[in-house]
Amino acid sequence: MNSIIFTAAARLLVALLFVFSLFMLLRGHHLPGGGFIGGLIGAVAFIVYSLACGPAEARLALRITPEVIAMLGLGIALLAGMFSFFLGDPFFTGQWYWVGGDSYETAAFSLNTVLVFDIGVYLVVLGGILSLTYAFEEET
Amino acid sequence: MSWVLVMPIAVPFATAVVAYLARNYPSGRWISLAGSVLSLVASSVLMVAVLGEGVIAAQMSNWNAPFGITLVADYLSAVMVLITAITGLATAIYALGEIPEDTESLGFYALFQVLIAGVTGAFLTGDLFNLYVWFEVMLIASFSLLVIGGGKERLDAGIKYVALNLVSTLVFLSGIGLLYGVTGTLNMADLRGAVADAENQGLMTVIAMMFMVGFGVKAAVFPLFFWLPASYHTPYFAISAVFAGLLTKVGVYALMRMFTLVFVGDIGFTHEILIWVSVLTMFTGVIGAAAQTDFRKILSFHIISQIGYMTLGLALYTPLALMGGVFYLVHHIIVKANLFFVAGLAKQYAGDTDLNRIGGLYKSAPLLAALFIVPAFSLAGFPPLSGFWAKYLIVMAAIELEQWFVAFMSLLVGLLTIFSMTKIWGMAFWKPHPDGIDPTPDRAPVRVTRAMITPIAGLAAMTIVIGFYPEPFVQFAEIAAAQLLDPTQYVTTVLGVQP
Repeated sequence: MNSIIFTAAARLLVALLFVFSLFMLLRGHHLPGGGFIGGLIGAVAFIVYSLACGPAEARLALRITPEVIAMLGLGIALLAGMFSFFLGDPFFTGQWYWVGGDSYETAAFSLNTVLVFDIGVYLVVLGGILSLTYAFEEET
Repeated sequence: MSWVLVMPIAVPFATAVVAYLARNYPSGRWISLAGSVLSLVASSVLMVAVLGEGVIAAQMSNWNAPFGITLVADYLSAVMVLITAITGLATAIYALGEIPEDTESLGFYALFQVLIAGVTGAFLTGDLFNLYVWFEVMLIASFSLLVIGGGKERLDAGIKYVALNLVSTLVFLSGIGLLYGVTGTLNMADLRGAVADAENQGLMTVIAMMFMVGFGVKAAVFPLFFWLPASYHTPYFAISAVFAGLLTKVGVYALMRMFTLVFVGDIGFTHEILIWVSVLTMFTGVIGAAAQTDFRKILSFHIISQIGYMTLGLALYTPLALMGGVFYLVHHIIVKANLFFVAGLAKQYAGDTDLNRIGGLYKSAPLLAALFIVPAFSLAGFPPLSGFWAKYLIVMAAIELEQWFVAFMSLLVGLLTIFSMTKIWGMAFWKPHPDGIDPTPDRAPVRVTRAMITPIAGLAAMTIVIGFYPEPFVQFAEIAAAQLLDPTQYVTTVLGVQP
């Protein structure tokens, strides 16, 4: 597609979508959002970019192939699940460290394995969707 | 304790990640092999734990049953996980010889490990929806493995395979939805009580039939088997061996689990249907095989016919019959995977799998011929190989119930199996090669044939050991069957209390 309006709008849209996808990722668990929906929105950002500039350019922008992103995401999710091993809990038990408090209401923010797992899911969804759509775009 | 149950699933997943990142290097295949060895260690540890405790369960994420996902292993699950790891290791070794480098760099080993993880997960889960997820993991991985390497024939087979399996998962998923709507739980142990207490038992039978159809397609029983012979003869031999050994058995396992643990309200109806389905599966499978002349197509039809024996063990629903069914499952995975391995090596020697175009293997590859005899005659039920004991138990169970026709049919199908096996023997091994040449593997380097014959020899040795020394295996199957028929320990271990 060679439309100057779309290309100009895409610059703005891609950045917005990407920020929104990260927002959805970080918002997750306590509020609606999370890795899956965040990854989908992030994938939409790259799809818009590839429609505007072509899949070859979009692959360059991604730097790593989408398949590797998906597999790294799987690895990160697995490690997040394994972390509870060191604390003697069953697989995938969420581990929370509250900063400045001791619960969701009082703490300023928290460090937890649930977010790490969500980041893994985010990457799996992003990589999976992109490897599909890029393959389709390059075929036609 | 909970980690014992997690490791057989986590190890193949981790291996898949590392093997994918190393897919362009020769180290990728060694990582896959090392991962398969680790899986075998993990499942052996699980087996030891189950032998000690009887049934073990773990609540993932510390969410108690019936709300969280439970992993649970009884005797049947543990032996299925162990045999999956053994088949996985055999395939990983075989693949060293067979899989070309360009297929490796597409991520072959990662997909293969994900498939093993999916199969293991299906055997270990105690949650019905989680079982559906594992089915999907298996389906995605197996679809990719079926078409990997390209070619029209593979794509054609892949589309038939995926379309029919999607129908099955859809029926399965609708069944899950209805069951959850009626009972409000999807934990299998919890469902046992919930289904028995349900007011509308007629509806429960309907839902049970939906599960029977869903799992029946996966297990390839009559009349839902047509996807299997349409797809199993096209992929790499390593892949068709692992499919033949494991995938249909997941369906049989799921049938065994659901129709002993949950759907036991109307045994006179559901299990009577299963008896006739099993008999027809045995018979149509073996008749279908008689019409084929392709090595792998014959074997594919024999998978169907053998599935009938396993479901028959479930359908007759006596301790002896279920014991035979469990024994048959384990024996058949080893034997059938091995026969597909042999087919691959025969192609390596003689250049084809069409029996009309090959021959003379007995003269040029006597070792392969000897190794073919073991699984082939075990499949047909020759004493004293493992298949004899498996068939013996099933036929005895049928005679005990005075199901004369069923017993007669199982013996007849055994006889017809010998016909097919002697056909392969006569055409591929005994008759001279139609081109008048001596089949030799000189097209392939020695490394290739060595990697391919090692798992064949290993699995044949296992068949012989089970055949000559069946005592411990039969005893094991007896306890597994007892646990299936009286799942009190299963239920109490999962739920923590007596329901």
